[in-house]
Amino acid sequence: MENLVYIALFAPFASSLFAALFGMSERQVFVGVVASSLLAISFISSVLLAINLYTTGNVIHVTMMDWISAGDLKIPFGFVVDQVSVTMMTVVTLVSTVVHIYSIGYMDHDKSFNRFFSYLSAFVFSMMILVMSDNFAGLFIGWEGVGVCSWLLIGFWYHKADVTREENPSISPSWAANEAFIMNRIADLGMLIGLFVIYWNTGSLQYDEVFAQLPYLSETILNTAAFALFIGAMGKSAQFPLHTWLTDAMEGPTPVSALIHAATMVTAGVFLVIRANPLFAMTPEVSFFIASLGTFVAFFAASMALVNRDLKRIIAFSTLSQLGYMFAAAGLGAYWIALFHLAAHAFFKALLFLGAGNVMHAMHDELDIFKMGGLKKAMRWTWAYMGLASLALAGIFPFAGFFSKDAIIETAFNEGTYVLWAVLVLTAGMTAFYSFRQVFLTFHGDERYKEFGIHPHEMYKYVLIAMSPLAILAMVAGFGMHGYEAFVTNLLPEYHMSEHTHHLVIWLTLIVSAFAISGILLAYVKYAKGLKRDEKLENSFAYKLLANQYYIPQLYEEFITKPYKIVSEVFWEKVDLKIVDATVDNIAKALYKTGDSTRSMQTGNLSNYLNWMAVGGVVLLVIAAISAMLV
Amino acid sequence: MIGLSHYLIVSAIIFSIGLVGVLRRRNLLMLFFATEVMLNAVNIAFAAISHYYNDLTGQMFAFFIIAIAASEVAVGLGILIVLYKKHGSLDLDDLANMRG
Repeated sequence: MENLVYIALFAPFASSLFAALFGMSERQVFVGVVASSLLAISFISSVLLAINLYTTGNVIHVTMMDWISAGDLKIPFGFVVDQVSVTMMTVVTLVSTVVHIYSIGYMDHDKSFNRFFSYLSAFVFSMMILVMSDNFAGLFIGWEGVGVCSWLLIGFWYHKADVTREENPSISPSWAANEAFIMNRIADLGMLIGLFVIYWNTGSLQYDEVFAQLPYLSETILNTAAFALFIGAMGKSAQFPLHTWLTDAMEGPTPVSALIHAATMVTAGVFLVIRANPLFAMTPEVSFFIASLGTFVAFFAASMALVNRDLKRIIAFSTLSQLGYMFAAAGLGAYWIALFHLAAHAFFKALLFLGAGNVMHAMHDELDIFKMGGLKKAMRWTWAYMGLASLALAGIFPFAGFFSKDAIIETAFNEGTYVLWAVLVLTAGMTAFYSFRQVFLTFHGDERYKEFGIHPHEMYKYVLIAMSPLAILAMVAGFGMHGYEAFVTNLLPEYHMSEHTHHLVIWLTLIVSAFAISGILLAYVKYAKGLKRDEKLENSFAYKLLANQYYIPQLYEEFITKPYKIVSEVFWEKVDLKIVDATVDNIAKALYKTGDSTRSMQTGNLSNYLNWMAVGGVVLLVIAAISAMLV
Repeated sequence: MIGLSHYLIVSAIIFSIGLVGVLRRRNLLMLFFATEVMLNAVNIAFAAISHYYNDLTGQMFAFFIIAIAASEVAVGLGILIVLYKKHGSLDLDDLANMRG
């Protein structure tokens, strides 16, 4: 079994190195095939590990080597395969295998085809380290690793020109990559502080040792650690106010959006909260803050998705919104429900993104849904996939999203936080509306793309087949919920609805479903027949506010980026040039000057040298005499 | 009575004469003589101190110095002859060709 752990972990690494060998050369299809097969091997190993864990219940804990050992600090390179990590491993490797195969088709015409696979596999490797590590240090390494890979992949088309937000609201890949990376750095500082607080107070970074120490710590320390860790989670999972990078990250290739910015990396924050659940369970205030922020983001992101015109950005907003749901569940103590929603969401959101990639491929990289419509005729399979994924996202019975999202909303009701519950129910309706607004505008109604001279065509067959596992899981994953609960609550705390909630469950479900269905119906009425633009609505303040993402990017630009630039320039001119550089320069100049002035000694005349030697001798004698007298 | 200090004073005087010779002379041959003078001043001091402490090491050292000075003269004079053949002069002002 230990070998399986290593295979699952290192197959993506091998894949990355293999693809890197061909990084600079022409497109080679076999690179993609080899990378996909290695990922598939990793997936199979993960599944075998999951089956083993399910049948025997034995948690596998391996220590590969001592990594850091200095004084009292001992951090081994250890990995643990328990119920939580095996869930993540299976989800990550499944989605990444599908995305790898998909990329063979999607990146078909890209000259950096091989390089793409190298980055993508490196990402999977980092993600595996993140989820499998048995200590916070390893988690942090993976955390930074996925950050770097995300940067590399968002900026994959770095050669595209840099344009400012005023000219093009969808900016350039390199700008977006830097934005994502820098925002994550801000959050990672919080995370690091959290790790330091934990280490100082428990003397360890191993999960089990840290959690065993928690009851002996004071409330302040616990709150500080929990809050600092959550700041890290906020950055990675793009929670308000660090959310703007996620939609801009859509500049990257679509497979990247599907894998990193929907299914896996952005859920790392949720994973952290679930992983550190003993800590968060002991800090109810922080947990409630997490739940409230999650609910707020769920609503906030969904509201922006209502009016957006960019195919990928709508899905990105919905990702944000669903991450909000996960945090709401985790914050309310229903950790296993959060993890279940994480897995279910990974399936249907990756499917949705890959479908969007098919549409982009067909529409020659056009993303404006107002310019699409009627694509159903040309792309039947993609329509089916995206429709199915949207149903799952909207939470319609019997798709995966119905079970997981419903459980989260029930939790909010059960905890007595009725405000959160109401907001989450409303958001469920909005989710259904914007998902189907997108589906109807893209696939139904009049064929608006014709006037742009585009001839859409369906994606390659093998790509469509590769997407099917996600589609099947998006349909049936919900039925595994009870089995999964039994499995994962071996490790995570159980969560039961109270008697009161139990009686009302059917009504709660009906309310949520009613909201979701009415959202879909509204979208159908408004958009299924074609696009009728309403000038008055589009010019209204609320619409503009939403379309401009509450002007938050502009606010950041005005109040953070620009002042920062001014301050930087002042520091550069006043401090760096005048103090730091000047000091260094003057030392060098002083050396030059003494050299210049003493050069005249070198007359070439031996007699002069002898005189100088005598002078030196006398000086030394005098110094010796003086020091002898002083002593 | 002639004591240690007298010898040392003589030695110091001779050493100074040699030093002045090294500093002031321009002819290489004369410089050579001046260094020999300095060496022998040191020898006098060695012999005197050795006698004063009843320790033969100092006198042994004086012999060493004489031997080394002799070999030094042998090598040095050879170099001087080559220099003279090359430049036709042993004046230091004429030999200054390494001006920095």
